[in-house]
Amino acid sequence: MTAAAESTLNSETFLPRDGLQKLISHLSGDGFTVIGPKVDQGAIVYDEIENADELPRGWTDRQEPGRYRLERREDDAYFGFVVGPHSWKRFLFPPRATVATADRTENGWEMATPDEPAPRYAFLGVRACEIAAMKIQDRIFTGGSYVDPVYQRRRESAFIIAVNCTTAAATCFCVSMNTGPRCGSGFDLALTEIAEGFVIEVGSDAGSELLARLPVTPATDEQLSHADDERQQAVNQIQRTLNTDGIRDLLLNNLEHPQWSDVAKRCLSCTNCTMVCPTCFCSTVTEVSDLTGDHVERQRQWDSCFNIDFSYMNGGIVRDDVRSRYRQWLTHKLASWHDQFDSSGCVGCGRCITWCPTGIDLTAEVAAIRNAPRAKASVATETVTPQEGSA
Amino acid sequence: MRGTPPVTACQPANPWLAYTARIHAVRDETPGVATYDLMFDDPALADGFTFRPGQFNMLYLPGVGEVAISISGDPHDFSSVPHTIREAGNVTHALARMREGETIGVRGPFGSSWPVDECRGKDVLLVAGGIGLAPLRPAIYELLARRDQFGTLTLLYGARSPDGLLYTDEYGAWRSAGIDVQTTVDRAHTGWTGNVGVVTLLLDRLPLPRTNDTLLLTCGPEVMMWYTIQAAQRRGLPRESVYVSLERNMNCAIGLCGHCQFGPEFLCKDGPVFRYDRVASILKVDDL
Repeated sequence: MTAAAESTLNSETFLPRDGLQKLISHLSGDGFTVIGPKVDQGAIVYDEIENADELPRGWTDRQEPGRYRLERREDDAYFGFVVGPHSWKRFLFPPRATVATADRTENGWEMATPDEPAPRYAFLGVRACEIAAMKIQDRIFTGGSYVDPVYQRRRESAFIIAVNCTTAAATCFCVSMNTGPRCGSGFDLALTEIAEGFVIEVGSDAGSELLARLPVTPATDEQLSHADDERQQAVNQIQRTLNTDGIRDLLLNNLEHPQWSDVAKRCLSCTNCTMVCPTCFCSTVTEVSDLTGDHVERQRQWDSCFNIDFSYMNGGIVRDDVRSRYRQWLTHKLASWHDQFDSSGCVGCGRCITWCPTGIDLTAEVAAIRNAPRAKASVATETVTPQEGSA
Repeated sequence: MRGTPPVTACQPANPWLAYTARIHAVRDETPGVATYDLMFDDPALADGFTFRPGQFNMLYLPGVGEVAISISGDPHDFSSVPHTIREAGNVTHALARMREGETIGVRGPFGSSWPVDECRGKDVLLVAGGIGLAPLRPAIYELLARRDQFGTLTLLYGARSPDGLLYTDEYGAWRSAGIDVQTTVDRAHTGWTGNVGVVTLLLDRLPLPRTNDTLLLTCGPEVMMWYTIQAAQRRGLPRESVYVSLERNMNCAIGLCGHCQFGPEFLCKDGPVFRYDRVASILKVDDL
């Protein structure tokens, strides 16, 4: 976001449907690479766009555990779908990025870090759960003792055009995670699509400045009412829930629960859930040499706690079965994330449910543990007495 | 957020930047283990690199990879930075083929450190197993440099066999400086006249007159540390007086890559040294 602002500077305005192209053109003219949703290979993904016609107008997505299909809508809404396999993470925390280089010289190796300017992205169509995901990744990459320059540069220059959901998928549970469906902050502009155009809220000075160059009019009461109805429709459609009451202690008190073995029978350890998750941040750095071996790039790539060698040490693999890997993922996402970053690692977008090839639903896994808790091996409450565990 | 940010002496603005260091000397220690003394090319860094006992560096061999290695030298000796390394994987194998004068990259120091200041006025018990003496050696140097601040100092050190004992030529000097050094081996060779058996046997017969004023610092295989802590607790040592150094796969060393997570902890920045009560319960969970 180009300027921090929590308060609305203007009252809401209205942009007619054909104004969307002007919005995109102005952003391009300002030097932004505009990224938005488009249909590709049977899914709605995020990619570079130059033209409003590239948006998935008239398409919607039908999602269920392990299933995703595009369908035609009865109208020609630009944003009448939910979220697909991509998240904005792939632009702020690229799947592959060079973090350092090494060059062999007469004097030995010389190390450097890349200093080319980061791309300036304008993200069009960011949902409330996705803004929440960005705020979570902000804490990971810029909020701790060490700041990741790759993420920081991209994030600082990004322009965020949010879109309030007007429909929800069967896999959505943002309400449970308190992240949506309405965008509250963290955007430059926020759009709610109605039949004749877009009702727009301003979230920053930069957003206000852009809006001044668009053919907007003050929103009428009727337009505001239509926007309310559209947003309410998404709220009404959200059926899935995750009970988050005491969820940290619930999971950490049940590290030996039989449910972990049960889910391990269904989990393929394929890493899909971590690849589509908008907050998962695990990575690994690999060495990429040129043919001479004299120039080396250190490339950071997305990694996953479901990969068997993720926990490799010289002593062997720490998490050597699917049970321990799924447990690591879920307890990190929903429990120890609170210890590490003062929030949940889950925003309720439902991607991990949709894109799991076997349809594993984390809300159901948590419910199974909650319904049959076995307080054992408690991290939260246990004490060890001197007598315990004597050899 | 957990933990306090580590104090690092020469932290670059970009934490991915490695500094060029030259292999100044290589000393074979035990079979498969050698100590590499590194010197930074940048004179400012050569003079200014400081670390706290128990911290580690990321050693980088371009084209091969990075590996987390504890600094095993004297925190007050700025002439070079020693790392005692066991050949175990790609990077350490490649390092073993390098010669004096060749360059590598170094990022660091990273991580938490042994609580030397908290040891003031207390008896200090160090228990190490195998290569686990390397991360403890800077603490030994530090304790001996400030010897009059502490009560009794004891090092109990176990290895699989006599030729697996590290730094044997230093024990004499250490004893003279005021630390009781006791060793034991799992399997003796012909000619070994010392103790045979696990390191907890040494602990069981050690007088611990002031259990409430004794700190235990331990580093070695997790199972060794576990039995050591159990033995110490049976003798009445409170768990708040125990510190352990843990190991997991460290890839970035800056808490961003997720590999070294152990329950809620990032071992690279919250650890590697932990007060035992913070990690006791998760140490009991298999495959965490």
